[in-house]
Amino acid sequence: MTFSAKLEAKLEKLLNSYPPGRRKSALIPMLMFTQDEVGSITPELVQEVAKRIGIPPVQVDEVVTYYSMLHKKPMGKYHVQVCTNISCLLWDGDQLWEHACKKLGLGHKEVSADGQISLEEVECMGACSWAPAVQVNYDFHHHVTKEKFDQIIDSLKKLQ
Amino acid sequence: MLFNEPSPLEVKVLTKRFGLPNSASIETYLANGGYKSFEKSLEMTQEQIIQEVKESNLRGRGGAGFPTGMKWGFVPRQSPKPKYIVVNSDESEPGTCKDRVLIENDPHLLIEGVLIAGQAVGAKAGYIYVRGEYRYLIDILDKAIGEAYARGYLGKNILGRGVEFELYTHTGAGAYECGEESALLESLEGKRGQPRIRPPFPAVAGLYQCPTVLNNVETFASVPSILEMGGKAWADLGVPKAGGTKLTCLTGHVNKTGVYELPLGFPVEKMINEVGGGMRGGKKMKAFIPGGSSCPVLLGEEAWPLTMDYDSMAKAGTMLGSGGVIIMDEDTDMVKAALRIMHFYQHESCGWCIPCREGTTWIKKLLTRLNQGVGTERDIDLVGDLSANMLGRTFCPLGDAAAMPTASIVKKFRHEFEAKLQKAQISMAGAAKNPFVVI
Ligand SMILES: Cc1cc2nc3c(=O)[nH]c(=O)nc-3n(C[C@H](O)[C@H](O)[C@H](O)COP(=O)(O)O)c2cc1C
Ligand code: SF4
Ligand code: FES
Repeated sequence: MTFSAKLEAKLEKLLNSYPPGRRKSALIPMLMFTQDEVGSITPELVQEVAKRIGIPPVQVDEVVTYYSMLHKKPMGKYHVQVCTNISCLLWDGDQLWEHACKKLGLGHKEVSADGQISLEEVECMGACSWAPAVQVNYDFHHHVTKEKFDQIIDSLKKLQ
Repeated sequence: MLFNEPSPLEVKVLTKRFGLPNSASIETYLANGGYKSFEKSLEMTQEQIIQEVKESNLRGRGGAGFPTGMKWGFVPRQSPKPKYIVVNSDESEPGTCKDRVLIENDPHLLIEGVLIAGQAVGAKAGYIYVRGEYRYLIDILDKAIGEAYARGYLGKNILGRGVEFELYTHTGAGAYECGEESALLESLEGKRGQPRIRPPFPAVAGLYQCPTVLNNVETFASVPSILEMGGKAWADLGVPKAGGTKLTCLTGHVNKTGVYELPLGFPVEKMINEVGGGMRGGKKMKAFIPGGSSCPVLLGEEAWPLTMDYDSMAKAGTMLGSGGVIIMDEDTDMVKAALRIMHFYQHESCGWCIPCREGTTWIKKLLTRLNQGVGTERDIDLVGDLSANMLGRTFCPLGDAAAMPTASIVKKFRHEFEAKLQKAQISMAGAAKNPFVVI
């Protein structure tokens, strides 16, 4: 597999970040960065990452099943994550979650038919003082009301 | 870039550069006293640096509150192995959102703290382990690290003084357990985040089995001001056994939620009423969690007279924790809160040991039933028994983190569980009289 030049440069820097003989340390970051480009952790990607690091593919699989941000199935182009953990719950994060499901017609970890949007109920994402919080891919949105949520989604639809 | 308005009651030591134009840039940092403490450390011996940190009474800001100077002192002086500095930037304890603010507003403060720690123990490399969700912080850190290399504060011959230090960022991929130090090290070595048996502790055998200093972001970020002010003066900012300031995340039912830098020993009442602008809607405070959802819960009336420091919270039967304050008003449904908290720990249990894996699953099932009002009295006791049985019997402290809040909620708010059952029984009885309803 080949990746974009930008990603290749990033991976090279990554592999040089660890002491000699410790390339396995690059495994999780490499999966995260390549997943962003490929869309999910495909069987080919597992093989490729294993080859580049020099470990058996089973050691890659072991890690993929452990971490919640590594997905074997592709998520939407815009992955919408709503936090319902305690600090967000206290600012009606659970109601925001229900609203999100209705607005998008999706449930937990479901992807829209056109592959554009996916939805996930997530655990605390470190935005507790600005609750309730939503993340779209890696972008944070704070103090999200139902109206604000609709605006976020509408602006994503415009981007498509 | 700030996330909330500062409060006039804050004591701004770590956050003093927040709000300056381009506060994350090295230019702003250097123009405002940045890297001066690191330069000072180059003139000090390892013992002198560690002594200064000991005198500051700095206690780890990641949750456990272990004295930082003592921890650094555990690193063997004469080790043939390389030594490492690891920054815990996994920040995932619910209610906690301070490390993020620190890195976003002033990444060089963290870098300087890490450099000083490197000097203190003789480490030549460091890793900043950032939770996967904070990808934008990695970009901010990478940029800051690049600036520090360009200005000669990182690299093979720092400031021409023959000192070497290389610093790297490393991303996690979504696992609360990777905030636990030994699981973090496993993850940093490219494995599943399962905790290690301790001892040996990281100071002796950490990353790649080499001596490692592992601290929280805020802990490292405290160090430059300690060398700047002197350990003693820094200690005096706080209370006798815990020095300095603490970044405090006000979350839940207060008017001005936000992250505020308050001296240790700050009164709870003043924190809520003056810093936090009072309870939302003028309601009463029903429950209070001082430092992240893994701390035992206090009743509102228990919390009002306390001060925000390790000993005061320990005396009240809880912990200062990570600084994630969770405030719940009189309308909060405590059964639902208990369920949501347990839902999190059940989801995050790494599954390695049985009391935690099974305990969290059973308790979550029981709480789900109780929340729907379809459990029995016996289920309430069972939740209490199961959490009591998990405490102290799990391989790593995640099991305790799940048990402590649950046990305290059941004990202190038992009447709410009973009321839910009664309410459900009454409506069931009503339904039974109705021939059209099948139950
Ligand atoms: C389940 C669990 C999760 C933890 N999560 C974090 C975390 O996200 N950030 C952190 O700094 N410490 C976390 N800790 C505490 C670390 O294990 C460790 O004590 C801390 O990083 C040490 O740094 P300090 O002495 O500066 O506090 C966690 C501990 C446990 C048991
Ligand atoms: S207590 Fe046991 S199962 Fe729970 S996270 Fe720790 S090691 Fe894993
Ligand atoms: S509880 Fe939602 S971001 Fe922390």
